[in-house]
Amino acid sequence: MLRIPCPFCGERDHAEFSYGGDARVQRPALDDRSEERWYRYVFLRDNPRGPHREFWQHVGGCRAWLVVERDTGNHEILDVRFAADAMKEAQCE
Amino acid sequence: MKRYSAWKLFTHALRGHKDWPEAWRAAEPKKHYDVVIVGGGGHGLATAYYLARNHGITNVAVLERGWIGGGNVGRNTTIVRSNYMIDGNTPFYEWSMKLWEGLSHDLNFNVMLSQRGHVMLAHSADQMQAHVRRANTMRAHGIDAEILSRDELRREVPDLDYSDEARFPIHGAIVQRRAGTARHDAVAWGYARAADRLGVDIIEHCEVTGFVEEGGRVTGVETTRGRIGAGAVGMAVAGHTSELARKAGLELPIESHVLQAFVTEGIKPLIDQVIVFGAGHFYISQSDKGGLVFGGDLDGYNSYAQRGNLPVVHNVAEIALAIAPHLSRLRLLRHWGGVMDMTMDGSPIIARTPLDRLYLNGGWCYGGFKATPASGWTFAHTIAHDAPHELNAPFTLDRFREGVQIDEGGSGPVPGHH
Repeated sequence: MLRIPCPFCGERDHAEFSYGGDARVQRPALDDRSEERWYRYVFLRDNPRGPHREFWQHVGGCRAWLVVERDTGNHEILDVRFAADAMKEAQCE
Repeated sequence: MKRYSAWKLFTHALRGHKDWPEAWRAAEPKKHYDVVIVGGGGHGLATAYYLARNHGITNVAVLERGWIGGGNVGRNTTIVRSNYMIDGNTPFYEWSMKLWEGLSHDLNFNVMLSQRGHVMLAHSADQMQAHVRRANTMRAHGIDAEILSRDELRREVPDLDYSDEARFPIHGAIVQRRAGTARHDAVAWGYARAADRLGVDIIEHCEVTGFVEEGGRVTGVETTRGRIGAGAVGMAVAGHTSELARKAGLELPIESHVLQAFVTEGIKPLIDQVIVFGAGHFYISQSDKGGLVFGGDLDGYNSYAQRGNLPVVHNVAEIALAIAPHLSRLRLLRHWGGVMDMTMDGSPIIARTPLDRLYLNGGWCYGGFKATPASGWTFAHTIAHDAPHELNAPFTLDRFREGVQIDEGGSGPVPGHH
């Protein structure tokens, strides 16, 4: 069982969480008319073997969206933060 | 290499089965091949075999980083069927079913195809209607399909929960009688041996670490056993397609997910067909050794680890008991995970790539085993002609960009939902 340390609720079984996929894909602005950027956003994924930043929602707990960094090769959880904070940091990067 | 036959079996038995020749050579890599296939799973071996058999291209190497039969071809639930309903899938999987039906003779290797019938249950009147629609589509394509009422089903498959207390009452089923199971290891070994007999080099413990390119064209691969030149390179490493294709600079509409499978202790014959639950994801059959072989849904998150987690084990067990409560006293012997290429529409990719003479076979989601013969057949054609066979023409890489996805499940671009 994956155990995800929710920053609000503490460490919980991943069965309490719902998976939201790759957190690194950035949705283009709604008025962006570039087909290429929308294609990449909707369909293309890095799919790395190794550290992967991904969304999880704690639906069985505080309902917060989280960004979890997890190693897809061994399921080790490397980092967890609130999605809102992680997205702000990503925009600053 | 000698042909297998009843006579050979008899004469070898007299000698205590001590001098059977190896099924395929342990080939040393040559400097150059006309075609290099990366991945010695079922699809890669089938591709090499059909390159030699159908197209006369015998200067072929299959590079396998592990050993033959050690990947997903040995990790599936062995079901073969062709009950697909979407344009593109329907004729492709039926061609695969037809190849299965002649495969043991073609390969001179018993793949133990057992056409025991594939029974997909319906749990509501509406689902029966959906099954009728599927059956009509299949019949319109010349594929066998039957609709069984609850009473007809009960006579054929008595050991399910037909009571009114069942969580999902059984209304009937759609049946494909030509479908069934095959011995998964034998498929790998049979294709490997048959390809070897036609001159294909099968090179195990040889991992591809990079591609050699000249002016937008692939001319070879770098491997852990040195550089190997190639007129063309085909990738058939489903589960790990993204990681390999990245070495050639390709970005793909694929996520890797883990799918678990289970085997119980062996018991006397109980389940004669392949039974598929209709109100969730669950499929079960009984192996020749007596173990019940079954599986369910993906774990639901990106993973390259060949192991899953307890929530899916729990869910699969619950479904098993919902349709057949008497399974509750069986013990699990083994359970394992395999890594699946999940594409954005749930259908595979067998196509040319943006790089000249580099070809992609992948994205098999969890339907790869049944597709093995047709996948090899059409991929070999694609490589030999540098153009797709009509059966794999819809399975392009560009279909996502062009908006012509083949989404059998209607789940949209969320790989974990297919």
